[in-house]
Amino acid sequence: MLLWATILVLLAGGAIAWLAEAWNKDLPRWVSVGSIVIAGLLMVPLFVSTPQTVLLADTESEWLAVSSSTWIPRFGITLLVGIDGLSLLMVALTLLLGVVAVASSWSEIDYRPGFFQFNLMWTLAGVVGVFVALDLFLFFLFWEVMLIPMYFLIAIWGHEERGYAAMKFFLFTQVSGLLMLVSIVALVLVHHSNSGVLTFNYFDLLGIPISEGVAFYLMLGFFIAFVVKLPGFPFHTWLPDAHTQAPTAASVLLAGILLKTGAYGLIRFTVPLFPGAAIEIAQFAMVLGVVGIIYGAILAFAQTDFKRLVAYSSVSHMGFVLLGVYAWNELTLQGSVMQMVAHGLSTAALFMLAGALQHRLHTRDMSKMGGLWQDMPRMGAIAMFFFVASLGMPGLGNFVGEFLVLLGAFKVNIVITVIASIGLISAAIYALIAMQKVFQGAPTAGRALNDLDTREVLVMVLMMLGLVGLGMYPQPVFDLVDPVLASLYEFSGAAEGTQGAWTGDGQ
Amino acid sequence: MIDHIYLVPLLPLVGFALLFITAGQLPRPWVAAIGVGSVGLSALIVLIVGYEMLLAGASPVVISLYNWFSVGGFVPGLSFYVDGLALTMMLVITGVGFLIHVYSSLFMYEDADYSRFFAYMNLFVSAMLVLVLADNLLLLYLGWEGVGLCSYLLVGFWYQDPANGAAARKAFVVTRVGDTFMALGLFLLFLHLGTLDIQPAMQLASATWQSGDVIPTIAALLLVGGAVGKSAQLPLQTWLPDAMAGPTPVSALIHAATMVTAGVYLIARTHELFLLSPTAQFVVAIIGVATLLVAAFSALVQTDIKRILAFSTISQIGYMFLALGVGAWSAGIFHLVTHAFFKALLFLGAGAVIYSLHHEHNIFRMGGLRRRLPVAFLSFVIGSAALAALPLTSGFVSKDAILLAAFESPHAGPALWLGGLLGALLTSIYSFRLVFTVFFGPVRTEPDAPAGLPMAIPLVILCVLSIVGGLFQIPVDAVFPEARESLHEGAIPIVTLAVPIIGVILAYFMFLDQRIRIAPLVESSVGRALGRFWLSHWAMDWLYDRIFVVPYTFVARINQADVVDTVYNGTATITRRLHHLASLTQTGQLRRYVTMMTVGLILLVAILLGVR
Repeated sequence: MLLWATILVLLAGGAIAWLAEAWNKDLPRWVSVGSIVIAGLLMVPLFVSTPQTVLLADTESEWLAVSSSTWIPRFGITLLVGIDGLSLLMVALTLLLGVVAVASSWSEIDYRPGFFQFNLMWTLAGVVGVFVALDLFLFFLFWEVMLIPMYFLIAIWGHEERGYAAMKFFLFTQVSGLLMLVSIVALVLVHHSNSGVLTFNYFDLLGIPISEGVAFYLMLGFFIAFVVKLPGFPFHTWLPDAHTQAPTAASVLLAGILLKTGAYGLIRFTVPLFPGAAIEIAQFAMVLGVVGIIYGAILAFAQTDFKRLVAYSSVSHMGFVLLGVYAWNELTLQGSVMQMVAHGLSTAALFMLAGALQHRLHTRDMSKMGGLWQDMPRMGAIAMFFFVASLGMPGLGNFVGEFLVLLGAFKVNIVITVIASIGLISAAIYALIAMQKVFQGAPTAGRALNDLDTREVLVMVLMMLGLVGLGMYPQPVFDLVDPVLASLYEFSGAAEGTQGAWTGDGQ
Repeated sequence: MIDHIYLVPLLPLVGFALLFITAGQLPRPWVAAIGVGSVGLSALIVLIVGYEMLLAGASPVVISLYNWFSVGGFVPGLSFYVDGLALTMMLVITGVGFLIHVYSSLFMYEDADYSRFFAYMNLFVSAMLVLVLADNLLLLYLGWEGVGLCSYLLVGFWYQDPANGAAARKAFVVTRVGDTFMALGLFLLFLHLGTLDIQPAMQLASATWQSGDVIPTIAALLLVGGAVGKSAQLPLQTWLPDAMAGPTPVSALIHAATMVTAGVYLIARTHELFLLSPTAQFVVAIIGVATLLVAAFSALVQTDIKRILAFSTISQIGYMFLALGVGAWSAGIFHLVTHAFFKALLFLGAGAVIYSLHHEHNIFRMGGLRRRLPVAFLSFVIGSAALAALPLTSGFVSKDAILLAAFESPHAGPALWLGGLLGALLTSIYSFRLVFTVFFGPVRTEPDAPAGLPMAIPLVILCVLSIVGGLFQIPVDAVFPEARESLHEGAIPIVTLAVPIIGVILAYFMFLDQRIRIAPLVESSVGRALGRFWLSHWAMDWLYDRIFVVPYTFVARINQADVVDTVYNGTATITRRLHHLASLTQTGQLRRYVTMMTVGLILLVAILLGVR
């Protein structure tokens, strides 16, 4: 019930924020922060609770909380939600970045602040729902809940090309989401024809026998939906537009957590539901990941718009996640999860900086910047930190993620890993050129700019400490998700038709 | 004290943290106290640890703090491994580092970003110490990347000039190319050995592989890739001359005494692996000789005082690589130590000259400075003598050992020796070209008064070290396998000894006495072309620009708008056109609608009938 309470708090908080707009322009923001904090407090007991065991087909898996009640019994749809270490980590990241998003919208949004917070909160609720839903119909519902408010955030509060960007975002996500819906329904029907039982329950659908050809197409529906979200090459082009045009808070949420739902979906659904079919495209998916790494990095280097640069760097970073998921061993999976969390923090911070720059300079065009270190040394130093994190400096979280992905992928496919490693060089090229264009070089005379204020610095320091923590002592995160990944790994490896390929030795 | 060895890298890190958090708000004396003091304390601890270790017989000690992480059988620890090699490196880093920090406290005093400078310097020292103390290759890689970052930050310290930024980026990206090779080496070692802890991995390597196996050769060569990047050896040496854009103490500390020798340290640290691969070892020797010659020729024609020193650094590290390549491990490390003394001395001396001449870098606008700047003069004479390996200096002891060991090498030994000897001749010519041009002859630019004590004292101490350093016994005997006995008879040692002296005499006649007239040679068309070729660093920058930079930026530029997007936008456009086409039928004319409806009905009926 705890999980529903969390989601309801966010939904209700959004609604109250909308209503509160009528009384006071500042109130919605406080309502948002308040409800996120309450939602976070509700999560605290989970960190210390004893896990309960659920059978994933024949494999035991540990869940921190599972709750189920009937919803539409006629179709076997239930309100089944559950949380394990992986979900908990993702939800925690969501709530943390939720606060960051609200903070970054603090002085930026004047138009309809209540409705803005409503959309923000409902997006958050949708994301939390996606991370905990274990009924596939419910999962799809939350997938949509996360999409539509985000559409409004971009379409209403975005920048000059917001209509185009919002529509593009919507179409990409919606079309791929519909493919997933078809796959979900087909999967349920396959199970029904096998067993006579109609159910959307994740646990029941795991490990059911599906003929090889059918399984491949069903898998593809899930795969495309998640890879579009991730985003993987060549489905990435919605992202630069959406990120660039979105208001800062929405960019933070998009980059920080919405992209992670794609990776989460691959880990939680695509591979475990169709281990045999997923192995068939593993090689292909790894290649997509590597292409994304290099392609994203080169395009990031080419950009003149600060936000587009960061957006393409996300394509590059998420390529590591895709590579890691489909190399599918303990090292790469842990690396991918770490990369998701670290990228969430570092990119959210970079988008906040983009917002802070736009707020002060009224442009995102880097050719109109330069020498800003002189004007705003605090911002310069902080930007340096996050760009350095972004290029994979050891000691910070992103490095741990990327290194583990590459180290593990090397066991699976040496050629792909060698090419992926070039990403380490390309990342340095775009990160350092961004620092040069924005903060280094000769300052413009007569520019009066305010350095980051205390609120902004506080949020930034929070994320810096997070990245240092992940970089120097990542073990708590690994321990949290280890049982989850281990059981998924064991389960998929044991599944029929994979010939042990998922356990890493097969290739 | 050795149980608290973590304090050695931690103290400078704390110094960095303090300076970072206070963000330039502290008064300068406080900044200097934190910046210099933290490194000084580290140096003190290293001295105590060294004393303890020598008393205890220099056996290696492992100090583990905690497991960095533990995933899938990969358990890198945050642990330090202290043996004679690590101790030697620590002594150099904290000792020379401390002197350079003291020097900087005056040299940088007028700079607006005094605090930021010391923050970066402290971070560098900390990272460098982690590099040499690391018990596993991942932690070493952390230090390795950390020093690279600090190098980037300090080369581009004066960020307002875009040229400095470009030099800094070049330094970072070129070394990162090497680092990526090194990372691949780590992946390969982990794949086959299952651990990156250096000592167990090395023992396992020796137990698993035979000499000459393919895997250790590839792994060793990948590590060499990392080493040539960091240590500015062929083919990745192009970043170092540009890196002179940083403040001079940075050049002394990072680009002469410590960071650029990290590659030498890496190879020495993993020498068991290299012993399994004669091929890789020979490659190291070849790289060493080739680099020391290429850089020495370039140093001959440079006019910027710091660039001369930069090329000489590349060249001297070439000697260290040569030593490693022929298995003269201790000699290589010993040259690293003595080079740290005399090259830091030369850079700091150059800094004193530049400081007094208002940032003049061109040696041909200097002259006659020996009376005006006596401490700098003394520094350059002693430093250059050591660099040229003249007898009675530290450089002689270490370089002589390398050249003799090279001669004894079973693989093309005499050729390697000859290359090194030619390099030694060039070294003494270019270093005394500098001395004679800058300190003798007429005064071309009038200097300010010499700098104060905080700059003079480190110079004097380094002068002493550059001479007596040759008498030191570095405690690495237990680390490396026993070296071959050098024969030390016949003409070879005498020739090795004599060549540098001949070089100095030649330099005297060419650049001071002018009895040997080189002008016709230099002015000839061949001489001029060759001079330009050497000055431009054998056109390697030009070449890399064409091969890597231009294509990369070209691809980026033409695809700025992301070609993939045209597919989606194309789909959208086609759809919109079709909509438009469809909407054309909506004319508002009733008779058209009726006609179309009728035609449609007829067609429908016809189809239905046909189907049946």
